[in-house]
Parts: sequence; C-alpha cells; structure tokens
Amino acid sequence: MKISVQSAPFDFAAETASFGQGRDDVGAVVTFTGVVRDDSGDLEALELEHYPGMTEAAIGKITEQAMARWQLADALVIHRHGRLAVGEPIMMVATAARHRVAAFEAAEFLMDYLKSRAPFWKKEHMRSGTAWVAAKEADEDALNRW
Amino acid sequence: MVEVLYFAWVRERIGLAREQVETEAKTVADLVAELSAREPRYEAAFADTSALRVALDQELSEFSDPLAGVREVAFFPPMTGG
Repeated sequence: MKISVQSAPFDFAAETASFGQGRDDVGAVVTFTGVVRDDSGDLEALELEHYPGMTEAAIGKITEQAMARWQLADALVIHRHGRLAVGEPIMMVATAARHRVAAFEAAEFLMDYLKSRAPFWKKEHMRSGTAWVAAKEADEDALNRW
Repeated sequence: MVEVLYFAWVRERIGLAREQVETEAKTVADLVAELSAREPRYEAAFADTSALRVALDQELSEFSDPLAGVREVAFFPPMTGG
C-alpha cells in the first residue's frame, strides 16, 4: 500500500509498471487517473488546497478499508495539491486483486470516498475570475452504494 | 486553548488560516457561536453551518460533538477531492 500527497507531477507509466509486481496472486490491476478538464473554455488553472496531516490519515483509512474489503494484494493512491494546468493529472488510484471485479470495485470505492471524504478543496482560476468548486450531491449520494 | 484551522472559502472569508482560541466552549456549536459573536467576518463564515464541515483532531466530526480534550478544530466546506 502506498499513499502520496504531493505537489510534484507523478510518473503514471513508472508507477503502473512497478505496481503489484513480485506477487503471484495478482490477476487483475485497475488504474484510474483524474485529469484537470476545462468545461467552460475559460479555465486557466485548478488550485487544490488540502489539510496536511488529515489528508494522509483520511486517505490511509479509506485505502485500508478497501484493502480489507476486497482482499487487495496492493493499493496505490497519489493525489496532488497546488496549482495545476488544464490537462495535468490530478491524482491516480491503482488496485491489485486476484480477480477484476474486486479490482474495479475497490478502485471505484476509493474514488467515491476520495471525492467526498479526503480534505481537498478545488478552486477554479478562470480568465474571468476565481470560484470554489461546490461539492455535488451526486458525489455524496455515491457513498451510499458502499 | 484550541488551535482553530480554516480552509478554502472559510479561510478566505475569515482572513486567517489558523489561530489559537481561548475558549470554555463545551461543543463545536458553542465554539461557533463564540466565534460568530466576535466580528462580522466570522458571522459571515459561520452563517450557514449546514454548508460547513468540522474535523476534531483531524477526524471528521459533528457540530454537536464535545470539545473536551480536543487540541485542533478545523472548519471547511464539503470536500472536493479526486
């Protein structure tokens, strides 16, 4: 299990290549990458604020839950903070399990919980001004399925 | 004495990232009432606590929770990670 909260970019290819290696019981690896997108055509950058200390603890707790519930061989969460340009990766999740259903479900569980339970706040920097991204009710509702 | 932290628009509205607060407040809600009575910027930030979340010693908590033994209180809007 690896958790990293960092401002620096991460190397998706290198992380993925080494993830879940050296184990004979891994039959499925799922990876997800979140990328800064521009819906309005006006976005200059996305700024992510976080709560140092709580962020690592909250992600650790969520990831441990996923490890236990889906009996994962390994799990990885990298989440960036700071100012990110459109097209830059924000975060990645990887899960390794015996079978694909567990790997997919655990990755979705991690994503749903990171959205609403990891202390990050997104601020959009647009050419026309700045705005905090509001939490979506659908993201909160998504937790109910777990 | 508790360390109070503010994040995102709560931090911007109050104009501080953190401060030490001398308080006898029994619960988070009591602390919110004390802070709101200080100045309009606090009152504005805490006007609608249903739009806010609170963490006690870095654990997500409720506004009705007691403050006894708590060292760090953080106020912030609903999280938008991922």
